[in-house]
Amino acid sequence: MNHKMFERNVVILAIAILITVSIGGLVQLVPLYTMEVTIEKVDGMRPYSPLELAGRNIYVREGCYLCHSQQIRPFRDEVERYGHYSLAAESMYDHPFQWGSKRTGPDLARVGGKYSNEWHVQHLMAPRGLVPESVMPGYPFLAKKELQAADIAQHMETLRTVGVPYTDDQIANARADLAAQARGTTGDVEGLQGRYAKAVLGDFDGNPARVTEMDAVVAYLQMLGTLVDFTTFKPEYGRR
Amino acid sequence: MSPASAGVAVQADVVSYEDDVIRKFVIASTFWAIVGLLMGVIIALQLAYPFLNPPLEWFTFGRLRPVHTSAVIFAFGGNVLIGTSFYSVQRTCRANLFGGRDLANFVFWGYQMFIVLAASGYLLGITQSKEYAEPEWYVDLWLTIVWVAYLVAFAGTLLKRREPHIYVSNWFYLAFILTIAMLHIVNNLAVPVSWTGAKSYIVWAGVQDAMTQWWYGHNAVGFFLTAGFLGLMYYFIPKQAERPVYSYRLSIIHFWALIFLYIWAGPHHLHYTSLPDWAQTLGMTFSVMLWMPSWGGMINGIMTLSGAWHKLRTDPVLRFLVVSVGFYGMSTFEGPLMSIKAVNSLSHYTDWTIGHVHSGALGWVAFVSFGALYFLTPRLWNRTRLYSLQLVSYHFWICTVGIVVYISAMWISGIMQGLMWRSYDHLGFLQYSFLETVDAMHPYYVIRAFGGILFLLGSLIMVYNLWRTAQGKLRKEAAFGEVPGAPGILPAAAE
Amino acid sequence: MDIVALWDAVRPWWVVWMVLLFGAIVFWAVRPKNKRRFEEDAQIPFKDGRNGG
Repeated sequence: MNHKMFERNVVILAIAILITVSIGGLVQLVPLYTMEVTIEKVDGMRPYSPLELAGRNIYVREGCYLCHSQQIRPFRDEVERYGHYSLAAESMYDHPFQWGSKRTGPDLARVGGKYSNEWHVQHLMAPRGLVPESVMPGYPFLAKKELQAADIAQHMETLRTVGVPYTDDQIANARADLAAQARGTTGDVEGLQGRYAKAVLGDFDGNPARVTEMDAVVAYLQMLGTLVDFTTFKPEYGRR
Repeated sequence: MSPASAGVAVQADVVSYEDDVIRKFVIASTFWAIVGLLMGVIIALQLAYPFLNPPLEWFTFGRLRPVHTSAVIFAFGGNVLIGTSFYSVQRTCRANLFGGRDLANFVFWGYQMFIVLAASGYLLGITQSKEYAEPEWYVDLWLTIVWVAYLVAFAGTLLKRREPHIYVSNWFYLAFILTIAMLHIVNNLAVPVSWTGAKSYIVWAGVQDAMTQWWYGHNAVGFFLTAGFLGLMYYFIPKQAERPVYSYRLSIIHFWALIFLYIWAGPHHLHYTSLPDWAQTLGMTFSVMLWMPSWGGMINGIMTLSGAWHKLRTDPVLRFLVVSVGFYGMSTFEGPLMSIKAVNSLSHYTDWTIGHVHSGALGWVAFVSFGALYFLTPRLWNRTRLYSLQLVSYHFWICTVGIVVYISAMWISGIMQGLMWRSYDHLGFLQYSFLETVDAMHPYYVIRAFGGILFLLGSLIMVYNLWRTAQGKLRKEAAFGEVPGAPGILPAAAE
Repeated sequence: MDIVALWDAVRPWWVVWMVLLFGAIVFWAVRPKNKRRFEEDAQIPFKDGRNGG
């Protein structure tokens, strides 16, 4: 029992520190990395469609998560205000997660379908035009910027390497699917809907001539929280 | 590996210390402090007056907020930590810096480059969206290289020390360096979409990513903003007070308990989320236990002054250092409280969290850093004392009022909004729409911005004071405090 | 999933191990025999070979 070695020997001190700080991480993180014990079995979850993925990347880019959570806690008021509490399964394809830590604005975990496309576009262009009390910045530039998504298939392949189950079919059709979803009427709409159930179609920004960043963001917002089929979901409280 | 001189007390041999780079770190710390605080004021005003978000994509709240957090934590805090650790490790080891001027300069310029790369990326929308770990993969890789160089310089100095015992401040600094390296690497594991593009996808998904992120996020607080600055405290408070630390034994227990317990506390950021309950419970338990070592450290810092309390009257620099430890005690009491699930159900997602962070960041981290900067500047530029102690005192009071205004506003707005979200009317309907709760925040956002402006003003006084000190100017003013002629910031030789 | 099996095996023991280790550190720190050397160690910041610097 000679503690002298710690304070005399830098290497031993460093190793002791590393062991001490590793234990907490190992105990808390490792079990979570095995999907089976962490994530509920639900019906309906699928990877993001190419347009939704592009929209999600813009959501990330603009730092929306700094003011909007995507994680409904199982409290009466939250469930009444936002909908069914969030399930781990609902973010299983999220790289990175967007749960957020602050609600300067409302939770968006189930915002999909609550408002019309037009509402979202107007609101993103000038939030206080629709909601005078809002403190949200306006994002008019989204409607002006052409969506840069020529490499969207490469994004999906990258996601596949980190575990998102995109099929070869989905990756091969990525750009066509993106265009079809953003135009809503032209292209292989049926194929798109087969590959991505419940994908919301539309010319979201009201300008059929171009696919803008606004199209992508609204497509993403409109699918949030809509995938899981809660008619078949059975909470198993004992499991967690 | 025990040094040859073990047991031999070598007293007053003069070593030539590598101080040039520390001057640079002092300048960089001061510069980034102002940048970070200014960014904070700007985004606080954007929340109070949303028209201040220009329709230009680069300056919206969402892009500026990471600039603020990174500038204050990593740019200001990081430069203070690296600079003070280089200063104190040389002196407590009585050895000059390992790797000499070149390695030290690489660490300095490499770290500044990391900051500039990260911040410019945020403005352009390049972000991983992981709070306090926003930089993309290429910046992360660069920081890893710089950090390893930092570890080599620091640990190398420890290895060649001429003092047999490793002084406790160096334990804290070493734990800070090693743990941040571990957290940084695990939390940022990502696959770039292409080697020529900025975008990458993190390897962790959903709930795992959330847990990894807050394991990182909370321990960035625990090891960057706590352990690192405790290392600073254990060197600079004894030096400024000219008394050894209250209890060296307590500091040892403090160290091991703190680093062991802190690493578990992350899941308290994810209470009532889809994270499995067992992890939330573990996080809460350890967070509450963390109160004990935290207060052990606080007692140790404050009681260092026992028998010399009068120095607080005559030495405003010491006041910064000691009050910072007081704030540390306050926020490490508030933290465990907020990690209790029932409390967290109210506080989470609200401004209470923001207030808590700022009582720690402004009251503890910034104040202890200011104390160290005031300590270092006259010594590094070989001046007899600071330009003005009176200005230090003004700085202290303006910033203290600023903090109190800030955190009070956030307590009120946070608790109020939390209560409004969950309140029901007599018919059983939600009483307030979300918007009504946003509207109710407005006055507190204005007050908060005012508190932030005060803090920025106080810090500008510091910049002026340090600048004049470095120039070798002395302000003509009456001796500070009640004891005539007492406040010489450079004390007579220690006993 | 070997790492999970390992984790399950280790889980009951880490608490015991850490309590023992922490107890040893506390014992070492408060041991009367070590009192004097800690008082000396606490003086290290004042032995930097410079006047006040």
